[in-house]
Amino acid sequence: MDLLNALVALTNFVIVPGLAYGSQLALGALGVTLIYGILRFSNFAHGDTMAFGAMVTILVTWLFQSVGLSAGPLPTALLALPFGILGTIALALFTDKTVYRFYRQQKAKPVIFVMVSLGVMFIMNGLVRFIIGPGDQRFTDGERFVISARTFKKLTGLDEGLAIKTTEALTVVTAVIVVAVLFWFLNKTRTGKSMRAYSDNEDLALLSGINPERVVMYTWMIVAALATIAGVLYGLDKSFKPFTYFQLLLPIFASAIVGGLGNPLGAIAGGFIIAFSEVTITYAWKKVLTYGLPDSLAPDGLVQLLSTDYKFAVSFAILIVVLLFKPTGLFKGKAV
Amino acid sequence: MKKLLMATAAAALTAGTAYADGHAKEVKLGILLGFTGPIESLTPHMAAGAEMAAAEVTASGKLLDSATVTTMRADSACVDNGIAIASAEKLLAEGANGIMGSDCSGVTGAVLQNVAVPNGMVMISPSASSPGLTTMEDNGLFFRTTPSDARQGEVMAQVLKDRGVNSIALTYTNNDYGKGLSDSIKSNFEAVGGEVTIVAAHEDGKGDYSAEVGALASAGGDVLVVAGYLDQGGLGIIQGALDSGAFDTFGLPDGMVGDSLPTNVGPDLDGSFGQIAGSQSKGAEVFAELAAGKDFDHTSAYVGESYDAAALILLAMQAANSTAPADYAAKVLEVANAPGEPINPGELGKALEILAAGGDIDYQGATGVELIGPGESAGSYREIEIKDGKVTTVQYR
Repeated sequence: MDLLNALVALTNFVIVPGLAYGSQLALGALGVTLIYGILRFSNFAHGDTMAFGAMVTILVTWLFQSVGLSAGPLPTALLALPFGILGTIALALFTDKTVYRFYRQQKAKPVIFVMVSLGVMFIMNGLVRFIIGPGDQRFTDGERFVISARTFKKLTGLDEGLAIKTTEALTVVTAVIVVAVLFWFLNKTRTGKSMRAYSDNEDLALLSGINPERVVMYTWMIVAALATIAGVLYGLDKSFKPFTYFQLLLPIFASAIVGGLGNPLGAIAGGFIIAFSEVTITYAWKKVLTYGLPDSLAPDGLVQLLSTDYKFAVSFAILIVVLLFKPTGLFKGKAV
Repeated sequence: MKKLLMATAAAALTAGTAYADGHAKEVKLGILLGFTGPIESLTPHMAAGAEMAAAEVTASGKLLDSATVTTMRADSACVDNGIAIASAEKLLAEGANGIMGSDCSGVTGAVLQNVAVPNGMVMISPSASSPGLTTMEDNGLFFRTTPSDARQGEVMAQVLKDRGVNSIALTYTNNDYGKGLSDSIKSNFEAVGGEVTIVAAHEDGKGDYSAEVGALASAGGDVLVVAGYLDQGGLGIIQGALDSGAFDTFGLPDGMVGDSLPTNVGPDLDGSFGQIAGSQSKGAEVFAELAAGKDFDHTSAYVGESYDAAALILLAMQAANSTAPADYAAKVLEVANAPGEPINPGELGKALEILAAGGDIDYQGATGVELIGPGESAGSYREIEIKDGKVTTVQYR
């Protein structure tokens, strides 16, 4: 019984939130890594692209809610998601046409692209705040919990509760589906293969008749879709606020780099590594150990490896260690 | 040609003096608040409160030869010292005669040390409550209409004890304000025999607080005290703790008190309690009446304090008969405290008149202003409880 309690407490406070957060980071990191792999620059505007996608989705969600359209127990935002994706694709293609294409034709160095994306980031940042405001927006509706802590306690008679939010379950399921589709697309379809060819060797791809502008266009479309999905899931699970998306950029880049920039598989692994390292290393094991160990061994202190102040230090320490010993990331990405 | 030159020079000279004349009748009041950042939902109302005092003074026409008060808003970003200092320097460059601000403790200290003290500028903050500001070297230029958190810690410990709370988990936003307040709550609560199971910092603006909630839940406690901001990490922590069933009741210090919190969290927050600077003075009622018709929320946190901060600067100028900070800084404590005629909100015109005649006033304002020590509010608090999704007043302490 005590062991069960320990397990439930661990699942409730470490595994469930870690999985959800990890999935959100992984989806974000996938977008960053695709841009890096194919267009060859670090896209700093990614966090704000996510914010823009989430914002369009929120606006459409509000429209649906006002006309009484809902998805039953699931959040209405899921119905609005395709519109959010379309809106973000339009923005991404517009940005590419007006900004990035110019520098591509100039054959600008990657570092110039990075600076350009920084500028794009500030503009998107302002655009989102201008349209929806800087404040918190809540758009979650439908059933809040798959199982709430109280119901779980009643059902099982355990002392510890286990809560799984609908948004958490949704995040993990969506992430799995999106990743599966993405990998199928990259590995099996003609367009996906041409994208990988372009990523591997630009000149060779050109020689074999691949149209670079098309590859760039598809990349932006996929990245916009990924960013919107990640942004909406994050907003559903936490809350939507432009500022937090801007801040999300750091853990997302950390995930992508730890996994190996340019490697989609690495982005996913990186997302989970960063998420779980943040949660587990700063977790106070007191509760779990009190349940798991015999009374005589129960700890008095918190049994916390590091205080939560160091949460971000942990992910960046991992980042530095990885860069020192394996500069291309855990999964072989492009050299950074 | 020579004549033409002379004429132009003369014209330029007269234009210059005309400009200077016009200038003398204008008092520029800088409003330095975090219009972006962690408390951006509070600041528009605070600024409106300060602007209300400025408008009232202008309308009375009695400040220093019927000068008009022009307000200039600038962004302190609340947690970004770089932006705050740049904004304060901009205000100075634009000729501000006094600064109402800043809001959050960290940037207030930074602006004080890097801009106000070197340039001899007066600052009156409506909301910076870090105990550290009490002892900071300020050359007598810095005041605040809010009490220090050293006092808030005492009040919070008392509130917790009176409600029969024996153990708390404590989390704070990782900045000067959060750290100072949490230290004060911890030492005061332990002094009255309470147990603090854990003190954990959280960073604002991150969105994901699983790690913090996990650690707090593991440590346990009757109540989770969240010394953070209601638009930021504080909200995320409460949401996470409720969702995972870790805590049901929350202790809410001043940064967490506002109507947006119960609206965002929902009915689960009912029963949580806290305190915010506030007094039962007559001035508070008068202020509420005055502000009722205006297009801002006068019940939002620190609006009364902002009105008072702006009023104090202008009244001190009148008392010193000068807009130079060096002259009027010394007068701030004089107009704020007894002896003298008590002044409520809406009576700024009367106060200016008394001061012009050489009389003495005791400014009460919207919050019952009483400045102690190096110029900070003595500190009366309003104990609040969340009932039916509303912030309700329990009593004044």
